[in-house]
Amino acid sequence: MKKKQCVAMLLAGGQGTRLYALTSRAPKPAVSFGAKYRIIDFPLSNCTNSGIDTVGILTQYQPLILNEYIGTGGPWDLDRMYGGAHVLPPYQAKTGGEWYKGTANAIYQNIHFLNEYDSEHVLILSGDHIYKMDYSDMLREHIENDADCTISVIDVDEREASRFGIMDFGADKRITSFEEKPKKPRSNHASMGIYIFKKSVLVDELTADEADPESVNDFGKNIIPNMLAAKKRMFAYMFKGYWKDVGTVASLWEANMDLLGDRPALTLNDAGSKIYSRNEPLPPTFFGEKAEVVNCILTTGCEIYGKVINSVIGEGVVIGEGTVVENSVIMSNSTIGKNASLSYAMIDENVEIGDKSTIGDKNSDRDKIALVGRGNKLEKGSVVAAGEIVD
Amino acid sequence: MKTLGVIFSNIHDKEITELTGKRTLASIPFGGRYRLIDFVLSNMVNSGISKIGVITKMNYQSLMDHVGSGKHWDLSRKTGGLMVLPPYGAGDNSLYRSRFEAICGIENFLKHSNEDYVVMSDCDTVCNFNFNDVVEKHVANHADITVIVCRTELGPSNERRMRTAVEYDKEMRVTKVTTSDKLSGKKVLFTNMMVISRRFLLRLIDNADEWGYKSFSRDVLVRGCREHRIFAYEYDGYFSTVDSLANYYARSLELLDKKKRDELFYKDGANIYTKVRDSAPARFTGDAKVVNSLVADGCEIEGEVRNSILFRGVKVARGAVVTDSIVFQDTEVGENSKLHCVIADKSVKVLEDRILSGHSTHPYFIAKDTVI
Repeated sequence: MKKKQCVAMLLAGGQGTRLYALTSRAPKPAVSFGAKYRIIDFPLSNCTNSGIDTVGILTQYQPLILNEYIGTGGPWDLDRMYGGAHVLPPYQAKTGGEWYKGTANAIYQNIHFLNEYDSEHVLILSGDHIYKMDYSDMLREHIENDADCTISVIDVDEREASRFGIMDFGADKRITSFEEKPKKPRSNHASMGIYIFKKSVLVDELTADEADPESVNDFGKNIIPNMLAAKKRMFAYMFKGYWKDVGTVASLWEANMDLLGDRPALTLNDAGSKIYSRNEPLPPTFFGEKAEVVNCILTTGCEIYGKVINSVIGEGVVIGEGTVVENSVIMSNSTIGKNASLSYAMIDENVEIGDKSTIGDKNSDRDKIALVGRGNKLEKGSVVAAGEIVD
Repeated sequence: MKTLGVIFSNIHDKEITELTGKRTLASIPFGGRYRLIDFVLSNMVNSGISKIGVITKMNYQSLMDHVGSGKHWDLSRKTGGLMVLPPYGAGDNSLYRSRFEAICGIENFLKHSNEDYVVMSDCDTVCNFNFNDVVEKHVANHADITVIVCRTELGPSNERRMRTAVEYDKEMRVTKVTTSDKLSGKKVLFTNMMVISRRFLLRLIDNADEWGYKSFSRDVLVRGCREHRIFAYEYDGYFSTVDSLANYYARSLELLDKKKRDELFYKDGANIYTKVRDSAPARFTGDAKVVNSLVADGCEIEGEVRNSILFRGVKVARGAVVTDSIVFQDTEVGENSKLHCVIADKSVKVLEDRILSGHSTHPYFIAKDTVI
């Protein structure tokens, strides 16, 4: 078989504890986003749109939803004869098996997968960011620089810099320093958690890291600093465009809101870089006689009889007459009764909310989102305060 | 029960020429995101039929593009699956002219199948129907043919279309079949969906010359109804066929009625499948106004939409008003333009400040790719 030039490894095992109820029964990459997508659709579609046809998806926390969702990878055109999408959970081996201890250990435990395709380069991705990116451009720079490792970088707001891995680099983009979540950031060049390694270098580094009992087996904390200390050829790849870490309720809500407006910060309908997802076979959305829809995105299968303002509405959602939904995100197959009021709310999949319920508060903001977790049934007249979580 | 599916994709092309200029009847868009053939394909798949032949004749590129390998209907299979059956012509045999000739053209496909029963259907059978029960009845009756029929009240319409009315006795055995374009009043009509035993069908083809068979309805159903064991099976759910532009318009807008929509799209949990386009969700700006309408993914609505059906990727610009209209995929309505009782085909561009209007009985049709 012909060698693959680049194989992607997608870290999708994270629990995402700061998403609270959204991730108590689903892993973070499977959380709904943008009406008809799940977070993992973005890195998977980016791979397809960048010509990368082999993706290992490392799952651990609540893997069943992701296994089922990814299937054979068809929706992303990743059902291939050679390559394609592969779900890689932790497994039992002759010398014992163990959970993935960290991001680096997860890849280490799947070195056999990398060896099977024996690609020259390995792209490491994470399943908790919303962005559109052509990885082939990054790969081209990586090859031109003869880099051992290339890290994708985005300039972030200086006040936020201490949440990220922050680096310095010279005019030639060669990285001179790297600090994971520094208290006093030296720059605002943040790592996006997207790396391309030479495969041979990666295998050596992972093996060395595994032998170090002090290591926490993490790319940002161990692998990258160790390689830098060993004077490896490490380069930054500058990314400009929309990129958002959706690890918190506030940031996930905000990323959804970024799809709205006359000129949305993130556009989904440009022809060249479609985001693919598993589609439900549902008819188009129906708007009733008294429906109002202002500055929203909605996908198929909904029945809208109420008023929807500044909101993102998923597949098969029903919104009853007299109900007002404002500044909210409602995920697939949830039903909102009549004369209810939702403001600054996030409603997960398959939720039922009774008539005359009040969820969230009009005067709330991104930091106080009312959250109702997957599958909850709220009775008629329920009240969920701003910032309250129904798990 | 092993059953084979056969779909006629072109049989009534001539009856709705506006929409079939560049496509088969089977690929006429319907219901905001579907093509007519999606309904019968999904019905067959939902009934466990996994080998389906689609008989084509002309203009079948758009149909091929739509069905592809059949994977969106779960019909991309190692054995069976979806098979497009292009016209078979050898020597001076020209293209088939009747349903019976079309069937003769797929003799090999039928011979090389091992299913005992064949479900045959036209492609303009818009319904959510499970074939399992009718196949069971067909077997129990030892029938040669079981025609699926529907009680209809035919209005005093001016349009003349060939229809087949069926009469049957208490045992559901068909006693009389009438084919005419002058039927009116309460009738039990043939839906053009039927179950037929494969061996019986092959025997018909084999003896066609000898018996002088040319037309399926005239020679097999009308004349043969005493000779063959023909039974009727009554279906009383939602059912539409599409036989004229006015009728297409009326049947489409009927879907704004929730009861009809539920019956067509959600009956017994059976879904209607179609080709996935991966459009982004529909976007509505601050000025959008949408009332009593169906809007598919990928639409961008800045103007007003009432009592209408918008297919995937339609753009309605600021100030534009679309009422009582059906707008196909990727059509754009420019600023301040007004559409009333219009059927706009695919990729039409209506520029700014245009006013176009038809009447509910005579919708104004705009052909594919037209710029107005």
